[in-house]
Amino acid sequence: MTGIATPTPSLAPDVRSESRAATVERLRLLARSPTVIVGCVIVLFWLVCAIFTGPVTPHDPIFDNQFPTNEQPSWAHPFGTDTNGRDIFSRVLAGSRNVLLIAPAATLLGTVLGTLLGLLTGYLRGVFDDVMSRVVDAVLSLPLIVTAILIVTAVGNSSRWVVVLIIGFIFTPVVSRTVRAAVLSEAELDYVQAARLRGEKPHYIMASEILPNVLPLVVVEFTVRLGYAIFAVATLTFIGFGVAPPSPDWAAQINQYWTLIDPYWWMTFFPALAIASLVVAVNLVADGVREVYER
Amino acid sequence: MNGEQVAPPALEVTDLELVYRVRGVDRRVLRGVSFAIERGRSYGLVGESGCGKSTVALGIVRYLPRNGRVTAGSISVSGRDVLALAGPKLREYHARTVSMVYQNPGAALNPGLRVGAQVAEAFTVLGVSRREALERAREALAHVQIADPGSVMARYPHQLSGGMQQRVVIAMALAKKPELLILDEPTTGLDATVEAEVLDLVAQLQLELDMAVLFISHNLGVISKMCGRVGVLYAGRLVEEGPVDVVLQDPRHPYTVGLLRCIPRGGVRKDQGRLDTIPGFLPGLGAEIPGCVFADRCAFADERCRTEEPPLSSVGSAHTSRCWYHERARDLPRAEPPELELPTVRRDARPLVELEVLTKTFKQRGHEVRALEEVSAAIWPGETLGLVGESGSGKTTLARTLLGIVPPTSGTALLEGSPLPPRYQKRSAAELRGLQIVFQNPDSALNRRHSVRRILLRSLKKLAGIRGAEAERRMLALADRVRLTERTLTQKPVQLSGGLKQRVAIARAFAGDPRLVVCDEPTSALDVSVQAAILNLLVELQAERGVSYLFISHDLGVVRYISDRIAVLYLGRLQEVGPADVVFDGPHHPYTEALLSAVPTIDGGGRDRIKLSGEIPSAASPPSGCVFHTRCPRKLGAICEETEPPLEEVEPGHHLRCHIPIEELRRLQRKAVAV
Repeated sequence: MTGIATPTPSLAPDVRSESRAATVERLRLLARSPTVIVGCVIVLFWLVCAIFTGPVTPHDPIFDNQFPTNEQPSWAHPFGTDTNGRDIFSRVLAGSRNVLLIAPAATLLGTVLGTLLGLLTGYLRGVFDDVMSRVVDAVLSLPLIVTAILIVTAVGNSSRWVVVLIIGFIFTPVVSRTVRAAVLSEAELDYVQAARLRGEKPHYIMASEILPNVLPLVVVEFTVRLGYAIFAVATLTFIGFGVAPPSPDWAAQINQYWTLIDPYWWMTFFPALAIASLVVAVNLVADGVREVYER
Repeated sequence: MNGEQVAPPALEVTDLELVYRVRGVDRRVLRGVSFAIERGRSYGLVGESGCGKSTVALGIVRYLPRNGRVTAGSISVSGRDVLALAGPKLREYHARTVSMVYQNPGAALNPGLRVGAQVAEAFTVLGVSRREALERAREALAHVQIADPGSVMARYPHQLSGGMQQRVVIAMALAKKPELLILDEPTTGLDATVEAEVLDLVAQLQLELDMAVLFISHNLGVISKMCGRVGVLYAGRLVEEGPVDVVLQDPRHPYTVGLLRCIPRGGVRKDQGRLDTIPGFLPGLGAEIPGCVFADRCAFADERCRTEEPPLSSVGSAHTSRCWYHERARDLPRAEPPELELPTVRRDARPLVELEVLTKTFKQRGHEVRALEEVSAAIWPGETLGLVGESGSGKTTLARTLLGIVPPTSGTALLEGSPLPPRYQKRSAAELRGLQIVFQNPDSALNRRHSVRRILLRSLKKLAGIRGAEAERRMLALADRVRLTERTLTQKPVQLSGGLKQRVAIARAFAGDPRLVVCDEPTSALDVSVQAAILNLLVELQAERGVSYLFISHDLGVVRYISDRIAVLYLGRLQEVGPADVVFDGPHHPYTEALLSAVPTIDGGGRDRIKLSGEIPSAASPPSGCVFHTRCPRKLGAICEETEPPLEEVEPGHHLRCHIPIEELRRLQRKAVAV
């Protein structure tokens, strides 16, 4: 009983430093994986391009007729020029901005909603779970484009934020299923029982007891979904949602030039390569994150 | 005896040094371990978790994890150098020479394959044709006393009980008629009655097949029953070795002495004395220890012990100890904690908790599973009611019903005379605070994302309604009470040992001054020295606060130590309730008798074992009449099959559910002990 008198303001920083140590350890493990490094470098490259579009691009990506049209890749124009006489290299460098804004926003929306739904269905069970699980099944069976058309019709426009909404809506059930499964097994553990027996309300148990334990899974899910989101954004932009020409967006470029692929292959090829590089890079990072968190 | 000196021993481990590479540093796990097993003999390896028992086994079968490496010493099996084996030779060694049986039979069997196919595979790897393998599999299963091999072969592992699974695993291990069989805690997860059967089986097969057995266990009773010689391992060092009965009766190393004193046995009760503990902790993995490995925790330790490693000294015939003071090891001073004033239980007063004809029926795919059948009992303030029975007998369901986690189908539980709402959601703060629980598995009982400090503060807030600076003060007092250091408070459960985690769980249950704490096997996941400390803590808290316990355990020694009264449950029905010593000393219910006789004791001898035939019947279709009649060794006849006997008070405070009159039981059971 001697320890009572000592006040312990020193405790809090200690707690923080220990949880920080765990984060540092994870980052250290991530930094050791070559695939993660390659992925990060590519993602960072596109981020820099998106943020500093002006200084990075050698030529203006939007103004027409700066150069001769339809030129093959050369030293002056490594990716060639397009039918409007613009430097495709500059346009590809400038084209990441749209995807890098919409895809993370949509993934975040889908992950947050999905986690919420997963927690509720997994913890509350019962009729709510039965009903929501059927709804989730129904939404899961809808293809992306059909859902997109439905939502665009309902909302009445197809701006960027509608694209965020569409992809967020599509991802919610996917994330919720994964989270629900984790919550189900977590809720069986004795610490949840102990919380109930000290009179905790369900919302506290979900938010403070269970959520921290499924959070690593949510992080993994976010990175994995991000790869899909980039592809989904490109798909929707390609069919005309979100941004449209003359925006240098990659999918918008492909949409504009794919009919000319023979003989002007470079107008489609380089934007497509850019999309592929970003998707692959995000997936490389996602794999690394999954390995570190699921150890 | 003369010829044996020529033939090499079945297993000879000499000066084995083994390291695990962790974060780029080699950590010593085994420190010069040497022992030998003669052909057809059995050798026991005991020690607490983390001392290197399993590593020895993995080294012998050459299944070390990738970061493990033998740095010195040798292992030879029947004269062959095991460490030099490679490629086809190593495969041959695995296929024909050694077998290993692990602790968890459920994990050792492939859940997706039928049992028959798996056992047959053990034969096909020996080059037997598929058809013959199936035939041999059938014989093998019959050999391990599986009554109906045909039907077992057609089933999947999850359709078998733990005991059956372990028999199947043993059948597979014996398929090759190994020269050396290694059993790593083979019965740790099993009920005492099933454990006894599996152990009998192993002993019998060993005699029959004339193989050497290395038996790894933390349970000294099991080792004493199964083995001829025993080695005591501590921090990777064999500290004492010798014939089992000599080592257990006349231990010559302070660690062995301490281990033996930790175990509640010989009918000791909480009011007759405290349990000894071994203070301190096992040294960290690969710690550099210049002197004796046990010096940090030894009451004898002096300067020489800390700086100079004691040599292996012979202390008797084939009995060695690694201690400077082996001749006075037996006089190891006791860490005698102060005597306690236990609360006097007044049974004429109103009980704290009353269970009134509780029945719980689960619906399972159209079947009705009767988990509890008209259970009535009472617990008085300040007493401990021990609850025993095999798994599947309804112990946990009873506890969960009392706590309101599962509502009873009928019947009520009363707290201090007023009925408790059947579900915890409907219970008041006072009712929740009054009934708390300490779970079996400290890993899942604590939220692994919360610090100990947060866990305790939250419990104080919810159960005692205290927050702010006052909560901080009470939290420190609570932590101090269960002997958690301040350093522990900032840590998360993963950073704590099992014993510390269980202390946190106990502190949490005691945050709001509970009236009754359900202890659901609170020490079964812990080492014996830690178990003793936790039991002492529970008894201290009881003495201080007059709290009652409902103590569930399969370890009868532990139950006897801590309980004032004991209730025996079988298939959801109370078979016997009474004061602890009366239930243990008899005359007791034939089921209690069988449970008691199944426990392997260190002191050896004692009771004749009463074998229970078969397994606990399914609660979905309990037997007619007395539910125990299908396995009862003292069954009278038709009356047992037709009429269920009532639970009657046969002596003051002693209730029995049996057709045999108490005097007759007394006569029968006295005879059994005399034999």
